[in-house]
Amino acid sequence: MRSDASKLGFYLLLAPIVLWLLVLIILPHVGLFIVSISEKIGPRIYETGFGNYATFFGEPLYWRTFARTAIMSILATALTLILGFPIAYYIAKLTRGRTKTTLFLMCMIPFWVSELVRTFGWMILLRETGVISTTLQIIGVISGPIELLYNDAAIMVGLVYTSILFMVVPLVTTLDSLDDSLIEAGYDLGGTTTSILREIVIPHAMPGIVSGCIVVFMLSLGNYLTPILLGGKDSLWFTGMIYNQFITRFNWELGSALGFLLLALSSAIVFLGLKLSKQSLSNTMGRA
Amino acid sequence: MPFFTSRGCILSDPTHDLVCSDLMKDFDGFRAVDHVSFEVPKGSFFSILGPSGCGKTTLLRMIAGFQSPTTGDLLIKGKSMIGVPPNKRPVSMVFQHLALFPTMSIGDNVGFGLRQRGVARADIARRVDEVLDRVGLPGVSTRRIDQLSGGQKQRVAIARCMILEPDVLLLDEPLGALDLKLREHMKVELKSLQAAFDTTFVYITHDQSEALVMSDNIAVMNQGRFEQVGAPHEVYHNPQTAFVAGFVGDANKIDAKVSAVNGTRLTLTSSAGTEMKVEETGSSLMVGQAVQVFLRPEAIELSKSKDGIEDELNVSRCTVNAVLFNGSNSSVMVRDKAGSLFSVALPQTGSLADLREGDEVFTCWRPQKARCYPAPEV
Ligand SMILES: Nc1ncnc2c1ncn2[C@@H]1O[C@H](COP(=O)(O)OP(=O)(O)O)[C@@H](O)[C@H]1O
Ligand SMILES: [Mg+2]
Repeated sequence: MRSDASKLGFYLLLAPIVLWLLVLIILPHVGLFIVSISEKIGPRIYETGFGNYATFFGEPLYWRTFARTAIMSILATALTLILGFPIAYYIAKLTRGRTKTTLFLMCMIPFWVSELVRTFGWMILLRETGVISTTLQIIGVISGPIELLYNDAAIMVGLVYTSILFMVVPLVTTLDSLDDSLIEAGYDLGGTTTSILREIVIPHAMPGIVSGCIVVFMLSLGNYLTPILLGGKDSLWFTGMIYNQFITRFNWELGSALGFLLLALSSAIVFLGLKLSKQSLSNTMGRA
Repeated sequence: MPFFTSRGCILSDPTHDLVCSDLMKDFDGFRAVDHVSFEVPKGSFFSILGPSGCGKTTLLRMIAGFQSPTTGDLLIKGKSMIGVPPNKRPVSMVFQHLALFPTMSIGDNVGFGLRQRGVARADIARRVDEVLDRVGLPGVSTRRIDQLSGGQKQRVAIARCMILEPDVLLLDEPLGALDLKLREHMKVELKSLQAAFDTTFVYITHDQSEALVMSDNIAVMNQGRFEQVGAPHEVYHNPQTAFVAGFVGDANKIDAKVSAVNGTRLTLTSSAGTEMKVEETGSSLMVGQAVQVFLRPEAIELSKSKDGIEDELNVSRCTVNAVLFNGSNSSVMVRDKAGSLFSVALPQTGSLADLREGDEVFTCWRPQKARCYPAPEV
């Protein structure tokens, strides 16, 4: 009797997760996949086949955008890591008590306003008549106004800015758990700052680095707003292309195929990243 | 065996691996280490013993280079270490929680120091195996840290330091985390490792038995100061301050007043009203002064009758309050007429094994056995 009751409780508690997975993740993807393998051969006439995927590989614009999005996202992830690591190290190891909390909160403040507002903030700074261009003219570094928006660098700045928090948080958590005496032991045994960073700090922080990188990479790859607003119409971001297929062209079949390719791409790159860093997904997500 | 020399000896004496002179450390307004001076002879085992919070770790961290002294000088092998960073000092430290690197194998842990020195790989592997052999852990270099027991980790931590052949090995309460049985075992083992490596050990602990068993010399530390430095038997039998008498070993503490002085023989009256005779050479106690008397449990003799006890001993009739059986460390608590409780060691011969609560006994102790110090002013 008693074990029946506890079993029922177990299934009841499990139900929301199962429902969530089923209704919001698995069903839409099954639907998406079915749509993606149906080819339109006439008005309202469909045939099953991989024609939409063939279209993707046949059209250079598609797969070049695809590759460009992947490379830019990887670059943005690397930049975020390089910028985020010192910040996280400073917060986790070099500050205590009140200062630590304050700094941590300051990292979070930008996320209290919506992504749209944040991105417009960057536009105000970077545009031709914006703050940076005007200031540079006033101090006389440049003679005429310059356009800093609508290029890859602007996209990169936006991507790093919107995702740095998701790098800093897991890094602070793992670095916090690094015992100071390990670093001291490193110095005591004759280590230098670089060798201690390489042999003690980074191996310890690896789960945090990997989980931060996965999150930032996914966010960048799937970002729509930042590349469109900061990169302009020709930003050539893959999510933008999917949006176009669904909304502008009403070509749901190709759009679904592109969506599935994006899923495959992100999974493949995350898998590769985990293999290269010799981490397991459960290990990274469990510890960070 | 090298002996401890008196204070103020020649600083650059080559027989001393470590010399601290007048070291002091202030943490904003709080003095953690207060004018500490000592020398550690080459190849000896030197312990710093004191209650927790007395500044032991701070002192050790100054020697290792993680903290710089506010004033004072520190010499290792005759060279001043002021301003030398920790990775350039010829000392190694075994941390309180060992601080083994969990992300590395045991071999990589032990070889860490040599890698920093740029020693060739094959050389490192050979020397790692060699030193692991010496600490009694052959063939473990590919294992992970968490596959070792507490005592084995201890030895790996020592091996990791000893592979660098430091002039001085610093140990910060390394046995604190072990259980009692293992601690007893590691005491003996540490001492023999020290003898085998023939390296100077500076060992800090709050456990007097660790210090007494292992050390060639002990410094007893209290509130940032050294109260006494000396060989274990000296510190135990001849404590120079009330703190040392109370902290090292067990002792009955009696508050009393001096009622008569006759050469070296003092007559005291305890606060409970009992009269005692105490032999104290070289003290400057005066009649009427408040004192503290320390009396070791094993200095008190028990007997069932008063027959044959000389008069000059301090004899009193007591009742047994409790018998505390603890194998060879058994003791009884007795209460004298005035109501004060004393702890008395039971003789090892077992002659009084039948003692029970409520029995009447006579205690006696020789005036030479007690130590007497002026009471601290409150
Ligand atoms: N970095 C520090 N800042 C301020 N006070 C400290 C610092 N380190 C230690 N102390 C203080 O110095 C005293 C001695 O500490 P410590 O050397 O760790 O004692 P022990 O090792 O004997 O237990 C303690 O009261 C401690 O609070
Ligand atoms: Mg300590």
